[in-house]
Amino acid sequence: MYVAVKGGESAIANAHAWLAELRRGDAGVPELSLAQIEEQLGLAVDRVMAEGSCCDRGLAALAIKQARGDLIEAAFLLRAYRTTLPRFGATAPLDTGRMRIRRRVSATYKDLPGGQVLGPTFDYTHRLLDFALAAEGGAADAPPQLPADAAPVPRVTELLAREGLMQREAACEDEPGDLTREPLAFPASRPVRLQNLARGDEGFLLGLAYSTQRGYGNTHPFVGEIRHGVVAVEFTPPELGFPIEIGEIAVTECQMVNQFKGSRTEPPQFTRGYGLAFGHGERKAMAMAMVDRALRAKELGEDTTAPAQDEEFVLYHSDNVEATGFVEHLKLPHYVDFQSELENVRAMRRDAAPADEDEERAAAE
Amino acid sequence: MTERGYNFAYLDEATKRMIRRAILKAVAIPGHQIPFGAREMPLPYGWGTGGIQVTASILGPRDVLKVIDQGADDTTNAVSIRRFFRRVAGVETTERTAEATVIQTRHRIPERVPVEGQIIVYQVPQPEPLYKLEPRRAETRRMHALADYGLMHVRLYEDIARLGRVATAYDYPVMVDGRYLMAPSPIPAFDNPKMDRMPALQLFGAGREKRIYAVPPYTPVRSLDFEDHPFRPIRAPHACALCGSSESYLDEVVTDDKGGRMFVCSDTDYCASRRDVAQEAAE
Repeated sequence: MYVAVKGGESAIANAHAWLAELRRGDAGVPELSLAQIEEQLGLAVDRVMAEGSCCDRGLAALAIKQARGDLIEAAFLLRAYRTTLPRFGATAPLDTGRMRIRRRVSATYKDLPGGQVLGPTFDYTHRLLDFALAAEGGAADAPPQLPADAAPVPRVTELLAREGLMQREAACEDEPGDLTREPLAFPASRPVRLQNLARGDEGFLLGLAYSTQRGYGNTHPFVGEIRHGVVAVEFTPPELGFPIEIGEIAVTECQMVNQFKGSRTEPPQFTRGYGLAFGHGERKAMAMAMVDRALRAKELGEDTTAPAQDEEFVLYHSDNVEATGFVEHLKLPHYVDFQSELENVRAMRRDAAPADEDEERAAAE
Repeated sequence: MTERGYNFAYLDEATKRMIRRAILKAVAIPGHQIPFGAREMPLPYGWGTGGIQVTASILGPRDVLKVIDQGADDTTNAVSIRRFFRRVAGVETTERTAEATVIQTRHRIPERVPVEGQIIVYQVPQPEPLYKLEPRRAETRRMHALADYGLMHVRLYEDIARLGRVATAYDYPVMVDGRYLMAPSPIPAFDNPKMDRMPALQLFGAGREKRIYAVPPYTPVRSLDFEDHPFRPIRAPHACALCGSSESYLDEVVTDDKGGRMFVCSDTDYCASRRDVAQEAAE
């Protein structure tokens, strides 16, 4: 006798208990602390902050621990928390020109004011597994230090703009749109597009950026500059009426310099694609800058033929929390719809069957 | 007892007000999709975040909530959503369709069609009925504005010409009040006729796509068809193995690997109450 599947509630509770046990793993191995995640898995923390759209290293570390290292799940946890937080207002735009630089490289000039600062990068490491790291307990040797140069480091794009070779961005004092409050509408403004890309999945943006390099909407990019460091966040409380510094955050900024042949109204010049990510996220910032530039195709009067230039395609599919939800929801029960489909296919086969038999008979004769 | 640290029914009051405004707009323009600032919920997209937000913003402390998935109250996602609302709103929940004031559903309309005073909230994965024909939402918006639905009729016609019948078995497109083409959510086409002039308010929430739409009570809802090919809802041609109903929508349950199968009601409350009545009659 058939018994309907029952006991959803206890099954869910038991599944959660099992998950918690697996999360902890072998109790003989010391438990991970949030400080360890924050300090030693810092780039994972940065990625979760970027895609979770919430700049809080401690919370991101907690999310990573809770998600067993699944970074998209961690971003989801952080987003779900973020959405419950009250909003006090918008900060002043970050002045990345006054960033305390940890790393700054330009691919367009050999040397430039402020210099090339390699900083902590994987770029020139040889990717040889370092078995010394497998043995625990060693503290890394401190690198030699020079006294910090406090002088501001001018942006490469500004150097070009002064010469009239780089298109200036239109200044705007309006508070930018917020797609977590207002749903996307098309055409989307550039600030909203950038917000979407900044929250977007690194892998998705990477793939799109790569596609523009392989001919699907070429943007002829050069890395004008990548800079990573710490910037002050300023906020104007209404009761004060002037901006005060409320803290500092680490960000990575990428400005791509792209060739532009000019149009009827604009002379030939360079245009920029812009990328910004919380923490140290060069791959993300670069991919974002390339996709940003690709999305400007229509505005600049270029042909729009490639996926990376298609605003709806890019912006609707960049969010990994949305994407993973909708892809993974397919594992929820769909048997009612499947049943309807099943009966429909059976009926269509019945409709088709006599014709087939006629044909077989004709072939036999 | 509700969860501490969260507002009644999880969402803050300003968000609820924003959603209620979207609902009011939706009711005023039956079948028209209203964009709304969907929030990120603590359940994943695809699990019913739109329906949950609609339910959360209409729920009052005296409401009685029923949650079903695939017609059943005991499927894991229905259990999980019901538990969520017990936790964050502390409302009474029920498995009885007749006792509920709000019914949140995924993929079914109860066999006992909701009555006046009840509200049925559908979880909607894809609110745009035209998306398979035209993926660009900027373009589908224009098509809705102009009631330019020829493409959909052509698709149905092609199905009939090639296959002898419409190949869509669920999420079968409907015209609401003769004006807007609407996705009924992935309910089986069998359930479509229940939407027509339903005495209850029907609300549709799509969280990921950030759209709300509605069918007010007693609004005409017509499944698209042709005069010579009228809409034919489909169900498995059997009677329920548990309650004997030959009217209800059935789930097919595979019982062994030798072709053994049985058919049982997908609506668990309907099936159980029929069995109760039969048992009482027998006693």
